[in-house]
Amino acid sequence: MLRYTLKRLLSLSVSLLVASIVIFVTIEVVPGDPAFYMLGFNAQPDTIAALREELGLNVSAFQRYVNWVSGMLTGDFGTSYTYRTPVADMIGDRMWISLPLALYALLLSTLIAFPAGILAASKRGSVADTLVMGTTQLGVAIPNFWFAMLMVLVFAINLRWFSAGGFPGWDGGFWLAVKALTLPAISLALPQASILARVMRSALLDTLGEDFVRSARAKGLTRRQALWRHALRNAMIPVLTIIGLQFSFLLAGAIIIENVFFLPGLGRLVFQSISQRDLIVVESVVMLLVFAVVIVNFSVDLAYALVDPRLRRRS
Amino acid sequence: MTAFDTSSNEASVLRQVLRSRSLIIGLVLSAVFIGAALVSYVWTPFDAEALNIPTKLKTPDAVHWFGTDHFGRDIFSMIMVGARTSIAVALIAVGIGILLGVPLGLASAARSGGWLDEVIMRGNDLVFAFPALLIAIMITAVFGPSAVNAIIAIGIFNIPVFARLSRGSALSLWTRDYVLSARVAGKGALRISIEHILPNIMNLLIVQGTIQFSLGILAEAGLSYVGLGAQPPIPSWGRMLADSQTLITLAPHMALFPGFAILLTVLGLNLMGDGLRDLLDPRLRNARR
Amino acid sequence: MSLLQIDQLSLAIHGTPILRDISFDLDAGQIVGVIGESGSGKSMTAYSVMQLLPEGSRTEGAISLNGDNLLSLSEEQMCSLRGDELGMVFQEPMTALNPVKSIGDQVAETVRIHRQASRAESLRIARETLDRVELPADRFPLSRYPHELSGGQRQRVVIAMAIALRPKVLIADEPTTALDVTTQAQILKLLRRLVREDNMALMMITHDLAVVSDLADDIVIMKSGEVVETGAAKTLFQSMTHPYTKALFEASSHVPDRALDSDAEAAPLLQISHVSRDYVLPRTSLLASPPKFRAVNDVSFTIQRGESLGLVGESGCGKSTLTRAILGLEEVQEGEILIEGEPVFSGHEVQRSVRRKMQVVFQDPYGSFNPRHRVARLVSEPFHLLDTQPGSAERAEAVADALESVGLEGSDGRKYIHEFSGGQRQRIAIARALIIKPKLIVLDEAVSALDVSIRAQILDLLADLSDRFGLTYLFISHDLSVVRSITDRVLVMKAGQIVEEGQTDAVFDNPQHVYTKSLIEAAPRLPDLPTELTAKLATQNEVSI
Repeated sequence: MLRYTLKRLLSLSVSLLVASIVIFVTIEVVPGDPAFYMLGFNAQPDTIAALREELGLNVSAFQRYVNWVSGMLTGDFGTSYTYRTPVADMIGDRMWISLPLALYALLLSTLIAFPAGILAASKRGSVADTLVMGTTQLGVAIPNFWFAMLMVLVFAINLRWFSAGGFPGWDGGFWLAVKALTLPAISLALPQASILARVMRSALLDTLGEDFVRSARAKGLTRRQALWRHALRNAMIPVLTIIGLQFSFLLAGAIIIENVFFLPGLGRLVFQSISQRDLIVVESVVMLLVFAVVIVNFSVDLAYALVDPRLRRRS
Repeated sequence: MTAFDTSSNEASVLRQVLRSRSLIIGLVLSAVFIGAALVSYVWTPFDAEALNIPTKLKTPDAVHWFGTDHFGRDIFSMIMVGARTSIAVALIAVGIGILLGVPLGLASAARSGGWLDEVIMRGNDLVFAFPALLIAIMITAVFGPSAVNAIIAIGIFNIPVFARLSRGSALSLWTRDYVLSARVAGKGALRISIEHILPNIMNLLIVQGTIQFSLGILAEAGLSYVGLGAQPPIPSWGRMLADSQTLITLAPHMALFPGFAILLTVLGLNLMGDGLRDLLDPRLRNARR
Repeated sequence: MSLLQIDQLSLAIHGTPILRDISFDLDAGQIVGVIGESGSGKSMTAYSVMQLLPEGSRTEGAISLNGDNLLSLSEEQMCSLRGDELGMVFQEPMTALNPVKSIGDQVAETVRIHRQASRAESLRIARETLDRVELPADRFPLSRYPHELSGGQRQRVVIAMAIALRPKVLIADEPTTALDVTTQAQILKLLRRLVREDNMALMMITHDLAVVSDLADDIVIMKSGEVVETGAAKTLFQSMTHPYTKALFEASSHVPDRALDSDAEAAPLLQISHVSRDYVLPRTSLLASPPKFRAVNDVSFTIQRGESLGLVGESGCGKSTLTRAILGLEEVQEGEILIEGEPVFSGHEVQRSVRRKMQVVFQDPYGSFNPRHRVARLVSEPFHLLDTQPGSAERAEAVADALESVGLEGSDGRKYIHEFSGGQRQRIAIARALIIKPKLIVLDEAVSALDVSIRAQILDLLADLSDRFGLTYLFISHDLSVVRSITDRVLVMKAGQIVEEGQTDAVFDNPQHVYTKSLIEAAPRLPDLPTELTAKLATQNEVSI
């Protein structure tokens, strides 16, 4: 188990390293001179020179990369060109909206998908199964931001159960903040839950056809017992893979859906920065999101090992 | 030996298509939207880009079937042209995914365990860490927003999907005895991949292709919703939804029709994918009989 | 009244009749062998007893256990019988155990399902049961996982799960088919011991007459969903009233007629000298260099032209690795493989001129062909090895010739592979190997997946082709009786080395190496027939099967 963890950690570091290079090259090297790019064609040469100086662009690209990475490691993400404030401060607050939103949605999605998928698989061909399959077929096809708009229309504007948008901040009380994130999280979670429920169902059905389930039945287990005691844990392996993948979709979804609910998260920051050509901010936000995705996938890898003894072989 | 029966005479294929309800619904829905996209090149009820402020925010009636938006544009016409954008972006992105992903996956499987395999698989993992949205954000930050960015972003995202699928299924085919006998017949990895592997993973690629097509339409809608996709005045479904958002209490029809267009197109493609899988996978086909 | 009575059992799945009027009995302490080829319905009979049939199954008749008709019991009542009164062991030990649960938990589960036992108590019973199936605590603690065990050990765990509560009836569905011959012998011995100790009734389902002939008390022979003959094992082989039984017996011990014309004086066709092949295993430590596994260890032998050489060994002995090396699919690190004096690998490449000299027939008739191509294209694939590709007319003629020489129609080339049965497919595989007239044909377990009756026909075909075209065979198999019937000389391989080599009859009649002795000892044997019956069989061996 320790060796497995170390191996995964190593591959995590390599992923982050390569990702940081890709991000740096795309944003700082491909456009040529970032200072020129950020100021536009009408900029005066001396303004550009000043910005270069300010952003530390007068050194080689390699040196800049090293500075960027070492800065990030110490919590220094550089300075925003537009606002002249440290990027770390700008990201700091907003991160605590986008990431909790994605995790909240992941939790909801899992809580919805597991029972639905298990129910559909255990009563295959029944009304419940047909219902789950039909609903999820719709859920998979619905664009989450449109779903969010409909939710706002129904639950915020017509029923007034929730506010239509905005975020009171975590200081205003935990449950208040959670409530503000609930509609967005549901809008994000339902489409993903549909996918996950379908995966859960088909993974369970596949596993129920395995020889070891037949062995379990020969021991006298009922279909139900065989499903819960034997099939479920084996079906978790493909399900975990999907959960890992879903986090990156949910994070991307969170960034989009912040627009619907006027949440001051990373999404709003990054779209503003794009229109203001504030490359430093874009670069840092993208790196942060990639970091989050890689960390979640690392956790999924560890979860695999907990589920499957073949991965944690003792040497 | 019915378990391996892949026989297909045309009459029985037709019968199976007709028996598969999801395939028919899927085909009809997809045909409607692809048809609308194609027809929009030669005819739309109104000019989708023409502003006509006096007729703005009309609810659906006999003239404007889906009503008009805040600039008085005909929503039905915009949805037809929007279908064009969505379908073009998603289709090209699937094409990129297949053209680059499948050869990578096949090469990876042919050199399984070697350095090439390792490099390709690590590359795949890396791309998986970047959701299409992040790729779009990076490209847009550097080149500005456009439909081409959306294509590239979704296309890049599709590459590892097809690479993994091809590699996984090719790996199991490489252990088949018929591949071994092809090797004994002196055929090289490239030739075997083309003659023996590719035809046998074609079904999977077709099914995955329709799924990625539908995901591409969702992704395109999301990207143009946040302004990273097709730019005005080109109509796109995501953009129409973004425009409708502030007017949702005033003119809910602006939000409903584009949303349903996306929903039904994606639903159609998914149903078609499911139906095709049942039809093309002899294992499932026999299980159903 | 018998313990288990199957009375006029019929089974249909989705309306397709599978079993018709099956009747036989099983008494406590009795072993009944149920024998049949694929499709005979022998496994479905077992699943009917367990009531673990696929969806859409309809059964008629009666299966009585202690007088209760199992067919009329509810699913709930069946669950309380399964694992308690009725135990079952399956064919494929590699997949029969849950990979994510420890063996202790899986055996203890049988106890916990049926008895109100505490976890500790059920684990204690599990421990006892594992001891009974000869998996001692010091090497096989309860915390072991299935992937840490070999196939034979896993099968013991499956048996332990089935017998933990000492059921009255044990059903074993081809329990040793997936195992090596020595492991098979051990498992059979174990089953026999358990039957004796617990006074259990054992229903032993197998395709292999020899396996049950000295194990079973009674024998039931099935064909196409019906019982064709039943009787006490001792007398059944003597009487053999049903023609199918005779045919099955003849096919099981079939020896094709062969002319012996190997030319020991001429230069050998294939020369293998001091060949070794190592595989690198996954690292166990980041610092040490990864460990190696020597799959083939200093192997040398030759094959003469026109000879049929057998290579025998159990799984993991290195015979597959050696085969792949000979075929030029994998390079060896040490030693030399020469065909007609030419090295197979020259500069890490295999020349077409070398490949042209050999072809191969694989085990699995279903996996050997690309399902998307027509038979003509499949059979003519080795033409790729020719320097000049034949024209289409010439190609078609060669395909037709090859197909006809293996007993198929020349016009079969237009069909797809799924239109052929397993035996026909193996003929097509042979046609593919013949088409460029190679010097050497490697037969890699080429008849192992076939039913005995088909196997006999393919062996005859191989013998006939060898006589007609002067072919040289390298016959690789784990099945001793097949090797004995078709080869002139035999090599016995164990742990990467050739441990014994000699004329086939000499080796089988008088094995020198202790491993060869144990192999031959472990192989199940058909009973010897009285001479008059042998003579009768010989005159009427054209019984249709």
